Amino acid sequence: MPWISNIAVLVLVALGFLGWRTIRRNRLWSEALRALWRRRRISLVIIAVYVVIALLDSIAWVGGTVSGDVSDAVAAFKPRSIIDRIIAPEAFKELSYSAPFAEAGFYDDAPLNHPGAHVLGTDILGQDVLYRALKGVRVALLIGGLTSLIVIPIALAFGVAAGYFGGRIDDVVFFVMSTLASVPSLLLLIALIMVLGIGTVQVCVALGVTGWVGFCRLSRGETLKLREADYVQAARALGVSHAGIILRHILPNLAHLIVITFALQFTGLVLAETILSYLGIGLDGSWGQMIDQARDELSRDPIVWWNLAAASCALFTLVLCVNLCADAMRDILDPRTRREEQ
Amino acid sequence: MFAYLVRRIAYGFVTVLGVLMLLFVLFFAIADPDDIARKAVGERASAEVYEQWKKNHGYDKPLIVNTDHGAAEFARYTDTLFFDHYRRMLTFDFGRSDADDSPIAGRILAGAVPSLSLTVPLFVIGLGVGVFFALLVAFFRDTYVDRSVLVLCMLAMSIASLIYIIGGQYLIGMLLRWFPISGFDPDPTVAYRFLALPVLIGVVSGFGADVRLYRTVFLEETNRDYVRTARAKGCGDIRVMTAHVLRNALIPILTNVVLAIPFLFTGALLLESFFGIPGLGSLTVEAIHGNDFSTLRTMVYIGALLFILGQILTDVSYTLADPRVRLR
Repeated sequence: MPWISNIAVLVLVALGFLGWRTIRRNRLWSEALRALWRRRRISLVIIAVYVVIALLDSIAWVGGTVSGDVSDAVAAFKPRSIIDRIIAPEAFKELSYSAPFAEAGFYDDAPLNHPGAHVLGTDILGQDVLYRALKGVRVALLIGGLTSLIVIPIALAFGVAAGYFGGRIDDVVFFVMSTLASVPSLLLLIALIMVLGIGTVQVCVALGVTGWVGFCRLSRGETLKLREADYVQAARALGVSHAGIILRHILPNLAHLIVITFALQFTGLVLAETILSYLGIGLDGSWGQMIDQARDELSRDPIVWWNLAAASCALFTLVLCVNLCADAMRDILDPRTRREEQ
Repeated sequence: MFAYLVRRIAYGFVTVLGVLMLLFVLFFAIADPDDIARKAVGERASAEVYEQWKKNHGYDKPLIVNTDHGAAEFARYTDTLFFDHYRRMLTFDFGRSDADDSPIAGRILAGAVPSLSLTVPLFVIGLGVGVFFALLVAFFRDTYVDRSVLVLCMLAMSIASLIYIIGGQYLIGMLLRWFPISGFDPDPTVAYRFLALPVLIGVVSGFGADVRLYRTVFLEETNRDYVRTARAKGCGDIRVMTAHVLRNALIPILTNVVLAIPFLFTGALLLESFFGIPGLGSLTVEAIHGNDFSTLRTMVYIGALLFILGQILTDVSYTLADPRVRLR
């Protein structure tokens, strides 16, 4: 269903634009963003490149000519993304392994179809490794981003409700939280995927169910503190409704937590997917799957390293950049560290 | 103290009931027992074989209400999968594996020793190394030592555990040939050779996150008044760090240690299956590959049980580590 991902791209771009405008109008956030840009310029640019690749890979349509083997004629009826159309994997392939920039096959020395053109070599089926690594970007951002986008509003709703209203609601939310938290997350994840089945949506749901607890607890604790703050008490005394207090006084004060948790959750999810891939319940085309497939290639003689290297470098770079940004965001947004600087 | 303990254990028990509810929803309500049975006996099996299998594995009852019994009868609600699930799990009667009919309890007991012989050294050494480096870094705070270790931690945190395992196995096991690549031996005089590599890899892969966390804890403590007092009365830097800061930082570290217990479990899952250690992690991986729902269910239950137990122990040990904590 290519239209879903096309619409998702539109929605995301629109949301990004709206978010940008909101940030520009808010002094606190635009200053924070500027400080982040000053400190983590390279990381931000790299993340932006990843996002652009993922967006390009999400816009897909059927049609156009497919160059390549006759056996790939079926490909003409499948939706192909912009990345697919630029690299044209149907034609840009070899018979089996070839090293980066190689002129001939890795084991048989047979001449290649595209000598010297495979920057990261080819895998056992002759697919270009760079192409596979690029395809992995979308999967990684889908796992980390989509899951976080689903999880954070839910966790926030439960956490704020529990912290703000207390009483019976708090008891219920706290019980559900402590129950979910007492199951080791990887085991819960495995159980959920085994029961729900393997697929993008199922894996995201499973990751979401295991991931919302931490953030829910954080927002509950923070709301408990904020509820007693003077300005919240003042607002209540002036007759502001509960919804008004939550929207205008509590949520804005949780915003920095949301941003930092989003980043940390993102890296955790992307790393967790590699474990799932190893267990055979990960997503198709992910870096985890590439790493898993490359496991045995290290024991070949001479060894095939470029598959493993490409996937792990792509993964490492993304996670490192997001981690660095999260770290800087925490320093910038956390009032405690800011006070020490002054 | 006694009243607190009773209350804490009671809440732990309620949480166990909650976990069992979750397992029931997952493994009986969402995963249809009929599907599980059909997959296990195969598409072509006769109806008798299918029914017999369901009976043997305890899947042959209605979910919540058994309409075979009258509305007034108690058995209407006890002769069901829901009641059976609770009764069997709470009495540790785990039944037989869905995949190969072997008793699950026996396999778990057999897997416990290899698992513990991996995770206990991993846990102790990891904690020691993490605390040691974090103290060191806190000692040299705001110097190049501090900053370079922090950068190192950030890099180490960003590498997937799978890559640590693959890379470590290749580098140390295959290239340097220091330790055997995989395997296990119940004899402790031989086992250490097999366990050294997975323990080393486990410690390294947890290093980054641990050191960063403990460093924050230590730095928070070094800003306290009692540290200044200690310095004022002439304590040396090292004595301040070990005798004052470390002891006071024990509480947050203790909390983190319990939070790490499930991670220990999950980390062991990968390590065990990579290094061929026949523990609980390998059992879980086998259960995933063999669509063995009953074993998986039991493993989740045991994992949760251990975690809840650990939490109670931590709460109690707070009193030992910190006289300020009073249990009510």
